Amino acid sequence: MAVRIERVSLAAGRFAAGVALDPRLLAMLGVLLAVWLGFDLLTGGLFLTARNLFNLSLQVAVVGIMATGMVLVIVARHIDLSVGSQVGVIGVLGALVQTAWLTPGAPNTWWLACLAMLAAGGLIGLVQGMLVAYARIPSFVVTLGGLLFFRNAAYQLNDGKTVAPLDETFQLLGGGLHGTIGAFWSWAAGLLAVAAIAWAAAATRRRRLQFGFDVRTPLAGAAQVVGWSAAALGFVAVMNAYKRPGTGEAMGIAIPVLILGGVTLLMTILARRHRFGRHVYAVGGNPESAELAGIDIRRVTVKIFAVMGLLCGLASIVITARLNAGATATGTMTELNVIAATVIGGTSLAGGSGTIYGAVLGAVVMQSLESGMILMGVPSPSQKMVLAVVLILAVWLDMAWRRRQRP
Amino acid sequence: MSAGPAAPLVEMRGISKTFGGVRAVDDVSVELAAGEVLGLLGHNGAGKSTLVKILSGVLAADAGEIRLDGRPVEIRSPRDAKALGIETIYQSLALTDNLDATANLFLGRELTGRLGFLREEAMEHAARGTLGRMRLQLPSLQAAVSSLSGGQRQAVAIARAVHFNARVLIMDEPTAALGPEETRKVGALIRELARQGIGIVLISHDIHDVFDLADRLTVMKNGRLVGTCRTAEVSKDEVLGMIIAGELPRALLAGGGRAMH
Repeated sequence: MAVRIERVSLAAGRFAAGVALDPRLLAMLGVLLAVWLGFDLLTGGLFLTARNLFNLSLQVAVVGIMATGMVLVIVARHIDLSVGSQVGVIGVLGALVQTAWLTPGAPNTWWLACLAMLAAGGLIGLVQGMLVAYARIPSFVVTLGGLLFFRNAAYQLNDGKTVAPLDETFQLLGGGLHGTIGAFWSWAAGLLAVAAIAWAAAATRRRRLQFGFDVRTPLAGAAQVVGWSAAALGFVAVMNAYKRPGTGEAMGIAIPVLILGGVTLLMTILARRHRFGRHVYAVGGNPESAELAGIDIRRVTVKIFAVMGLLCGLASIVITARLNAGATATGTMTELNVIAATVIGGTSLAGGSGTIYGAVLGAVVMQSLESGMILMGVPSPSQKMVLAVVLILAVWLDMAWRRRQRP
Repeated sequence: MSAGPAAPLVEMRGISKTFGGVRAVDDVSVELAAGEVLGLLGHNGAGKSTLVKILSGVLAADAGEIRLDGRPVEIRSPRDAKALGIETIYQSLALTDNLDATANLFLGRELTGRLGFLREEAMEHAARGTLGRMRLQLPSLQAAVSSLSGGQRQAVAIARAVHFNARVLIMDEPTAALGPEETRKVGALIRELARQGIGIVLISHDIHDVFDLADRLTVMKNGRLVGTCRTAEVSKDEVLGMIIAGELPRALLAGGGRAMH
C-alpha cells in the first residue's frame, strides 16, 4: 500500500514537472479562486456575474499594462513611482492633441493622438532612464521627482481644466459600451489564442527534439495546451454572456483587454526570448557580473525606463478613452496599484526575478479585491487599508517562500 | 602554437601602476607560454591582482607593454581582452545566480537570430558540447546556478571562458573556496586545459593552492617582482622565503634564476 501511494505521488510529481506549471502560479490561481468565491458568497452572488467580470477585465487592463513594464523595472533593482503621474500628463496632452490641435471626428485624429501619447511616454521614460543611468541618480529619487513634476505638468498644460469630450473613434479604445468586438470576433480571438497556444507548444517540442533534448510526455504537453485553451475560451464565453444594456446583443471582449493580451504576449517574449530581457535579468541578479560579462548596464537601464514610459502612454490611452476626458487627476495613486500588482505577482524587490504573467495575475488579484469591496459597500478608506495589508502580506509570503527555496 | 620559440604567448614588460602615490605594481615583467600553468604568488597587497587586472583590461597600466604572440597589443577594456582570447575567472566567479548555466555561459555573447531573439536550444546544445569536452557533468543546465555546488559553479565559469576559444586563462584563487574533492577535480581540469594548449595564470596568496599545479611560479612582494622559478627546481620552503622575505633561494641566485624574469 505504502509503495503504491509513493508511486502515485511520484507520478503526480512527474506530471506537475512535466506540465512545467510553476508552483507559485498554482498558488496564485488558488488565492484568486478563493477571493472570487469568497466575494461571491459575501455579496450574495453579485461578484461572479458576467457584468462584474466584464468591468473587472477593464480595470485590470490599465493596471496590467503598466505592471508588465514594472516587472522589468523592479527586476533590474529600480522602481518607477511616476507611472500614475505619467498617465495623467499624457492623458491631458492626448486630449489636447485631438480636440485643440486636430479636428475631433476626422479620420486620422484618433491614431495621431495615440502616436503622440506613446511618443510622450517613451520620451518621459528616456529622460528618466538617462537620469538614472548616466547621471547615476537613484531611480527612487528621479521618479519621486517625476511623480510630483508630471502631475503638476498635467495641471499646467490646460490650467487644470478637464478636456472633453474626445474623438469618437478614440473612445472605442477605452472599451466603453461600444468598445468591444462582439460575439463573433471574440470567438475568433479565442480560437486564434488556442491555435497560438498549440503552435507554440509544438514549435518548442520540435526545436528541442531537433537537438535531442528531453521533451514533455505527450500527455503532459497535451494537458497544458488543453488547460490554457480552456481558460481562453472560458473567458470568451463569460465576456459574450454580458449583454449590452437594453439590447440582447453580446458585448464580447473589450478592446483594452485585447491590448493587455497583446502587451502580455509581447512583453513575455521580450523578457524570456530576447537578448534585452536576458540582460535585464542578469543586471538585476548581479550588476557587477553583468558588467564584467560585457553588458552595457546603462543602456539597458535607459531602455527599461523607455519601455515603462511607452506602456504608461498605452495605459493612458485606455483610461483617457474610457473616461472620455483628459483630466489632471487621472491615474492618481495608480503607481501603488501597479507596484502592488507586480510584487503580489511574485517579482522580488531584491531584483533578478519576476514574471510578466505573474504581474498580470497580480493585477487581477488587486483589482478583484478592490471590485469586491466596492460591491460589498466597504467605504473607500477601509478599502485602501485592506489593500495595504494585502501588499505587506504578499511581500512577507514572498520572502518566506524564497528563504525556503534557498536554505 | 606560438609564432616561434622566441615569442611566448603573452609577455608583460616593465608594467607599472600607481594608485594615489602608492606603487601597486613597479616595473614588473612576466611571460607565459602556451600550454603552461604559471602560479602568481604573493601576500595580499603584493600587486598580483593589479597586475592581472591590467592584463584582463579592468585597469590601464601607467607604463609598460603587453605583447601577444610577440606583437604589441592595446587592452583598454575587458571586451578588448576577450576579443584577444584573454579570459578572466574572478574569485567571485562573476556568475549571475538567478540565471541558469547556459545563460551564464553565453552572458553578454548570446547566440541570437535577427532582431536579437535568443536561440535558446542552440545555446543549450553548444553548452552541452563544451561541458562534454571538459568532461563535466552538471545536474541540470536549466537550473539557476545558485543551486549548484562551489565546484560546479567554478566549472560553469571555466566553461564560459573556454567556450569562446580562450588562449589565456586568468584564474583568481580558483580553489580557495572548495573542499578537497572539488579542488582535485578543478585541478585536473586546469591541467587538461593546459594540455590543450591554453596558457593559464593562477593567482594565489597560498602556495599550497598552486604548488602541485603550476609549471612555474612568479612571486611578487610590495609591487615588485621577487623572481620566477620552475616549480620542479624549488621546495615549498624556498618559495615561502620568496613570498615572506622577498629573497631568492641561493640555488636560484647562483643558477641565474632571475634571468628567466
